[in-house]
Amino acid sequence: MSWVTKTLSSSLGKKLIMAVTGLSLIAFLLVHCGINACIFFNDGGETFNHAAEFMGTNWLIRTTEIGLFAGLILHILDGLKLWYDNNAKRPVKYAIVAGNNSTWYSRSMGLLGTLLLIFLVIHLRHFWVVSRFTDVITSGQKTLFQEMAEVFANPVPVVIYVLGCISLAYHLLHGFQSAFQTMGWNHPKYTPFIKSVGAGFAILIPLVFAAMPIAMYLQIIK
Amino acid sequence: MEGNMNLTLKVWRQKNAKSEGRFETFDVKGISEDMSFLEMFDVLNERLISETKEPIAFDHDCREGICGMCSMYINGHPHGPKQTTTCQLHMRSFKSGDTITVEPWRAAAFPVIKDLAVNRSSFDRIIASGGFVSVNTGNARDANSLPIPKENADLAFMAAACIGCGACVAACKNASAMLFTSAKVSQLSLLPQGQAERQMRAEKMVAQMDAEGFGACTNTGACEAECPKGISIENIARMNREYLSASVSSNKEY
Repeated sequence: MSWVTKTLSSSLGKKLIMAVTGLSLIAFLLVHCGINACIFFNDGGETFNHAAEFMGTNWLIRTTEIGLFAGLILHILDGLKLWYDNNAKRPVKYAIVAGNNSTWYSRSMGLLGTLLLIFLVIHLRHFWVVSRFTDVITSGQKTLFQEMAEVFANPVPVVIYVLGCISLAYHLLHGFQSAFQTMGWNHPKYTPFIKSVGAGFAILIPLVFAAMPIAMYLQIIK
Repeated sequence: MEGNMNLTLKVWRQKNAKSEGRFETFDVKGISEDMSFLEMFDVLNERLISETKEPIAFDHDCREGICGMCSMYINGHPHGPKQTTTCQLHMRSFKSGDTITVEPWRAAAFPVIKDLAVNRSSFDRIIASGGFVSVNTGNARDANSLPIPKENADLAFMAAACIGCGACVAACKNASAMLFTSAKVSQLSLLPQGQAERQMRAEKMVAQMDAEGFGACTNTGACEAECPKGISIENIARMNREYLSASVSSNKEY
């Protein structure tokens, strides 16, 4: 085994992979949220459609997208491996677990991640598959904004999206600051700042995301 | 030392490492609230011996909170409801009539020897893999010949307060030994005496920790919350730094 694979396959290395891919997914969320928030201009989706077209056609963005999917898959596979391995480290479980020595969401990252994965499949089917693998958008039948309005006219997807955002919020609430701890970045000068930025990000981003389907369902944005 | 506390104990009984274990219930009467938790077990064991029954096996040694031998998982907490060792936990932390469930540390790397006693020699092997400094023999050096910043000395001392009891492993949902190992890596890497073996230490101790079958860290902070010595998870971040920087920069593979 080379020193690289040895390092990355150690328990610390697997966590490092989670941290680095997690932080790149956080960067993606910021871009995704920014682009989608263009619907709040409430101009019938004009600004949003421009931004979406740029994101869908620019070669640099499309290349980065490959990296994004690679990071996402790595985050999922590594997370599942850690979940499985860690579970085997206590073959006989406790009869009583007090559970008040840590937050429930920090102990449930695997569960929250799985919920996010289920949400992601539904979400990609709604928009990514439609815009990439059908000609609905490219042929000019519908704009992406109209597609959004159609999906969110139905209350079921709205509820699913809000639940997805709640899972995301808790996943980020632990994940953001945990990534820095894993990379060894725990410092009296920076850690309080990282923790507050992380908490702010974990609340703000899912809140903006959740506001989109709700606003479209209530016809505030049309 | 007679008292007026009456308790119901549910204790894990297991004959040896290979046999199946189960909970056994005992009614314990006349316990003083000034007894330590272990003294309460002594009272119960004396009774079991007088009834010619097998006493409950549990680890203990100094009984003053410094050796790290006691290891009971009490009502869902390692060392019970207070942030202290089991020997320093007093019966006044409970109420008469309480039912107390006592289990051994649960971890693949801490196999049960008997009843509540577990084998923690995996910790010894982690220490032996790199948790030391090599010192030449000869006269002791003058104590002040090596300048050490006060902050570093304090941090090293706080990490060195770890008694290796394994409560961190018992508390962790992954049975991870990161808090223990990181405290041992930290106490030496912070001091000038620890520099010579610094990279080797981080790499070897992490490798041994993984080989012993401890889990990875999820940064839940449960270990820090339960540690009787208040070891901080800042040490875990320090070990992550030490390990990752040693991996990328050491001249040799350890």
